[in-house]
Amino acid sequence: MTWTAILDPFHYQFFVNGLVAAILAGALCGLIGVFITLRGMSYIGHGLSHAIFGGFAAAPLLGVPTILGAGLWGLASALAINGVTRSRRIGADAAIGVVTTSSFALGVALLTRFGNKGPTFDALLFGSINGVAAGDLWLLAGALLFAAAVFTLLYRPLLFSTFDPEVADVSGVRVAWMDALLMFVLSVAILATLSIVGVTLVAAALVIPAVTARMLSDSFARMLWISPAIGTACGAIGTYASWQLEIPSGTTIVLTNAAAFLVVLALSRGRTLGRTAGLDDHTDALSPDAAPVAVPVR
Amino acid sequence: MTALVSIEGATFGYSGAAVLKDVTYAVEAGAFTGIVGPSGSGKTSLLRLLLGTAKPQRGSVSRAPGVAVSYVPQLETVNWSFPVTVAECVLMSRAARRALPWATRDEKADVAGVLDRLGIADLAGRHIRELSGGQQQRMFIARALLRRPQLLLLDEPTSGVDVGTRHEVLHLLDDLNRDGLAIVLTTHDLNGMAAHLPHLVALHQRIIAAGAPADVIVPEVLERTFGARMEVLMHLGMPVVVDGGQVGLLRGVAG
Repeated sequence: MTWTAILDPFHYQFFVNGLVAAILAGALCGLIGVFITLRGMSYIGHGLSHAIFGGFAAAPLLGVPTILGAGLWGLASALAINGVTRSRRIGADAAIGVVTTSSFALGVALLTRFGNKGPTFDALLFGSINGVAAGDLWLLAGALLFAAAVFTLLYRPLLFSTFDPEVADVSGVRVAWMDALLMFVLSVAILATLSIVGVTLVAAALVIPAVTARMLSDSFARMLWISPAIGTACGAIGTYASWQLEIPSGTTIVLTNAAAFLVVLALSRGRTLGRTAGLDDHTDALSPDAAPVAVPVR
Repeated sequence: MTALVSIEGATFGYSGAAVLKDVTYAVEAGAFTGIVGPSGSGKTSLLRLLLGTAKPQRGSVSRAPGVAVSYVPQLETVNWSFPVTVAECVLMSRAARRALPWATRDEKADVAGVLDRLGIADLAGRHIRELSGGQQQRMFIARALLRRPQLLLLDEPTSGVDVGTRHEVLHLLDDLNRDGLAIVLTTHDLNGMAAHLPHLVALHQRIIAAGAPADVIVPEVLERTFGARMEVLMHLGMPVVVDGGQVGLLRGVAG
């Protein structure tokens, strides 16, 4: 391959826009992914992206700007998921599955029946760097700045409520607010990155950089730098690979993330894989379901 | 005696099923109490009422003005792979006062002081996964103490730990209580933990009995509490609950 061929895509403004978008999306997903994975919320990220897809399809039909409509739809879904998760009245996984896949199915039905005015069906599902406008870049940059500001200004309450929500609550942290705020940040991030990474692949962009960062570091603070850095690098490399291989950008970005994970796994010879244990929902000590087992001495 | 937290005629439950019925209980200043009872007896619910994270459906809970309550969770419920050091974990209890990531000079000194008091100052920079069971318990107690509480609540502090750690935790709590800290803990370990405490509450939806171990760890109370007949021997002035098949053997030893 000649230098001309290597540098060729950089002559096209739409590619440069897509590259910048992928870099911003990688940093954003990597940053939020640290909280999502450590809270055992990976499935929520996956479900929320599907829920927002319904909003993408419905908003233009309702005469509402796509971003606003999908954003409100996503926020409502996020708060509903958060409420279900906290209430424990029904299984959170089951409830999330019902709500989000129904929303996704509704989106598919609407797009199939009425068509769409925004990104193409394939682009929404698998991501695309085509047609990234300046407005999209500003939305991504704004979402990244917003997330960074939230995580800096509320670092300690978010950390405490992630590690030990019950004790955090007792210690004066407004855990319900922290949970709702995180869901809001997550829904904004998914909304901003959806057309770049795609509905079906957003969860991987959220999870893989954070899990890889966890294997590289035992420090929460350092993870908040490493994970976005991995997301950024994989976003750039994946976008370039998308151009060269003529494969949807979401696919190549996720595959690049997966390759980074495998490289770290191989270099560490699997020794740090154990750190990722516990990246699932841990028991709520004060919940009625978690009463300690007491066996009387007979 | 001054009551730090008082529960009056409290009934509390989940989804319509009462876990606690008409419970009246007060934690006095300087108390050192163990709550014993079988699974589902309402021990954790009673802790929740004392903490204020649950409200009774009937009755009331009142806390004396200015009383701070801290809580230590069960070790088994904690994600020990979480990427934080001992010092970072202890500092979490200041999260409600200061939200920014960076610890102030005073906060660093406070954390160092409380870790030193609990004998784990040299572990400040260690990852929490690298601690022994006793060190883990000390870390959580340090986190609780950083809030300068008058009342410390612990949920099964010796659940799943070995005998040495159980002794270590018991002595540590005894030292803290001697310094004036009121302590209430739940335990299902009648011989290893409850019998060593100065005051016990036997709970099974209602308070079955309360008093010194010699008054609470008796066959009648245990049967009403646990729903099973248990034999109790006295050994060196302490009640010992024994397996029915071992009674004859141990009577010979104790005698």
